Amino acid sequence: MAGIVRYGTYLPYFRLQRSAIGGGKGERTVASYDEDSVSMAVEAARDAVRGGVAIDAVLFATTSPAYAEKLDAATIQAALDLPEGVSSVELGGSSRMGLAALLLGLDLATAGQHALACASDLVVGAPGGARESQGGDGAVAFVTGGDGDAIARMLGRASATIEILDVWRLPEERFARQWEERFTADTMAGSIIDTARRALSSAGVEASALATVILDGTNPRSMVGLPKALGLRPEQVADPLAATVGRTGVAHAGLLLARALDQAKPGDRILVVCEADGVDALVLEVTGHIKDMRPVRKVDRWIASKRNDLAYNTYLKWRGILPFEPPRRPDPERPAAPPMRRHERWKLAFVGSRCEKCQTGHLPPQRVCVKCGAVDQMRAERFADTSSRIATYTLDHLAYSLQPPVVAAFVDYEGGGRFPCELTDVDPAQVAIGDHLEMTFRRLFTAQGVHNYFWKARPGR
Amino acid sequence: MASNGIKDRVAIVGMSCTPFGEHWDKGPEDLLVDAATEAYRSAGIDPEQVDAYWLGTMASGYSGLMLSEALKIPYKPVTRLENMCATGSEAIRNAAYAVASGAYDLVMAIGVEKLKDSGYSGLVGSNPPNDGTLSNMTAPATFSLLAPAYARKYGVEEGTLKQVLARIAWKNHKNGAKNPKAQFRKEVPMETICKSPPVAGMLGVFDCSGVSDGSAAAILCRAEDAHKYSKHPIFVKALSFAAGPAAGYYSQEYDFTTFPEVVASSQDAYKQAGVKDPRAEISMAEVHDCFTPTELVLMEDMGFSPRGKAWKDVLDGRFDGEGPQPINPDGGLKSFGHPIGASGLRMMYEMWLQLRGEAGPRQIKGPKLGLTHNLGGAPGRCVSFVSIVGAG
Repeated sequence: MAGIVRYGTYLPYFRLQRSAIGGGKGERTVASYDEDSVSMAVEAARDAVRGGVAIDAVLFATTSPAYAEKLDAATIQAALDLPEGVSSVELGGSSRMGLAALLLGLDLATAGQHALACASDLVVGAPGGARESQGGDGAVAFVTGGDGDAIARMLGRASATIEILDVWRLPEERFARQWEERFTADTMAGSIIDTARRALSSAGVEASALATVILDGTNPRSMVGLPKALGLRPEQVADPLAATVGRTGVAHAGLLLARALDQAKPGDRILVVCEADGVDALVLEVTGHIKDMRPVRKVDRWIASKRNDLAYNTYLKWRGILPFEPPRRPDPERPAAPPMRRHERWKLAFVGSRCEKCQTGHLPPQRVCVKCGAVDQMRAERFADTSSRIATYTLDHLAYSLQPPVVAAFVDYEGGGRFPCELTDVDPAQVAIGDHLEMTFRRLFTAQGVHNYFWKARPGR
Repeated sequence: MASNGIKDRVAIVGMSCTPFGEHWDKGPEDLLVDAATEAYRSAGIDPEQVDAYWLGTMASGYSGLMLSEALKIPYKPVTRLENMCATGSEAIRNAAYAVASGAYDLVMAIGVEKLKDSGYSGLVGSNPPNDGTLSNMTAPATFSLLAPAYARKYGVEEGTLKQVLARIAWKNHKNGAKNPKAQFRKEVPMETICKSPPVAGMLGVFDCSGVSDGSAAAILCRAEDAHKYSKHPIFVKALSFAAGPAAGYYSQEYDFTTFPEVVASSQDAYKQAGVKDPRAEISMAEVHDCFTPTELVLMEDMGFSPRGKAWKDVLDGRFDGEGPQPINPDGGLKSFGHPIGASGLRMMYEMWLQLRGEAGPRQIKGPKLGLTHNLGGAPGRCVSFVSIVGAG
């Protein structure tokens, strides 16, 4: 059988207050101007694959792909420094595809593979609409494998596929539309209950024995009947994080599952139900391995790590909805395919080099050692997770940025190595020499239709 | 190790410099024609007498054709070169070596840059096709790193350092106000400098050199021929250049309070020229004041001030136009802007005027040795040029 071996999550730093949009309580997560579904998936997956776990397949689900054509899963594979021998699959078209990716990962695990199932979405709604205020940005990643080393074993599952005009968007359109909610709620309610029951039945688990039930869907109203139908107690139903995060599209069911795993104890049973163009339901049992394999950052830590004063017009600029005056500086140049390919491990995995003779670190990787002059005696070394601090920094008011001023720093890495690097998710007034930093995978800019991914540094979150 | 030098083997017998500024009515070719024509006249020669040319431009044109087509030079060697912000000085250095070798008798070094046509703020460079991981730090940002590092290392209060930097800008503008060829010919009060809008780190607008168009040129020959062309030639005592391994970008040992490239090139130049005590022997210098903290650090790297003491020398007026060791008597990059290919030659033009007693209201009394210096790149990763020239 199969289960979840490890997991990781990611929520961006910024929050948009619903009151700033013009009404509503609480706040939603907002990806920064230099993030997208791919970069957030990488951030979540880094925690899931930390410490090294052999991955056979990369699965990526999103409704907000970075490219309509060009495999985002390959960028994720490269950023995680996974071997090129992995297989890859992308899923999209519905916010249910995040949980579907996990189910597919569990299928592959049943067949003896380790799969990395990532789900990430940047949910953008038309200004003033419910999707804008109720949506959120975030990512989750699970590694699936055999149930021997699983932190949560799959006990049962069930699915339904339903053709319905609920949420839709043409490929060339920016904003999704949604049909009137009462129709969807009434139409889907029966299938939701039926699919959940089938999953519990296949697992041989009574609803009353569940520690946590996760309900997620395009329409909260369609879920309201389920607790009553299954006879659930209110405390069994997980907080959907509507007030603190918003619904993070394909990532949301997994994000709520990850939060349940953050808090679970061995033996807990969890039901996950996700509704969108049908229903997927999954029943898991938490194992004793949970204590050893929890990620570095739990969901509640991400929720607490935030800056919540984002102005609405800044948000609209970041999402490209509001046009603005460009700087009197040249547009960024498109990176070129051959050098990107030659330097792939540097650019995407942040792999530098270390001199075998004198142990000096080099970023980017060099052939000749800056200290001892040894030629071609380097070994590759990944610095993405290496502890680092600010050697010196400056606030650059001239460099172009969607969040000026640019905070530029020389970053010194533990064990040697230095790199001039842009800081992100940072309050310029709070930066100080010696501050500890973490590397984070970002989309620096997009030029002539090419996304330029690379790494920045951020204060610890 | 190091260089042998060509002390007193090459002379400059003619020089020219266009006004620097916003030449909306002139392209780079026009500026080249202006500078070359004036240089021929300065040396009292006809264009046919010049055997070879070195043209410095960072990005205003390509190949020797830029010059040979503009001047209609008939089938002679024209070398176009680039070495970042030291481009203009590189034209002089390479031209000097060509006459010293005996390959040519009379040559021209000329530099030009047309920056104002781009419509952008500050300097912009274009990169070859790349992987998209190059730093996007602007020039003021990289040089701004010098200021806090210097303040910390030598225990200078940040407020005091701001005054020191402002005084460097004030001094260079004061000098530039007396120079008819400068882009900015007005003194700027200390208060205006201190309160100018922020650009990067501690640096305000007035801590940064301007952006301008300009061209300058020199005619060089072997020393023994110098008096054929000029009553008052000036003589090359030293030419030095250092390109660094960019160690400051890789090694945690670099602390942003020095340019090792400048130390290396100035030490080499002093050795070539036989200068033992640059603080006492160098009468004046044109240095690369791209940003005010650059000039501060240069004073120590070149040995004009002891380590950690340049800030005091600045406040004491040591480097003022009337001080004991004037720095940037023509107004520097601060007053001229920095048309990259031309700047190194513009600096040499001031040495030419000063050593010949032709600097008018800026004239320094009895200068013996003058130094010019260019820096290209950023702290930790740069190229540095130093020349020393004298009248006798």
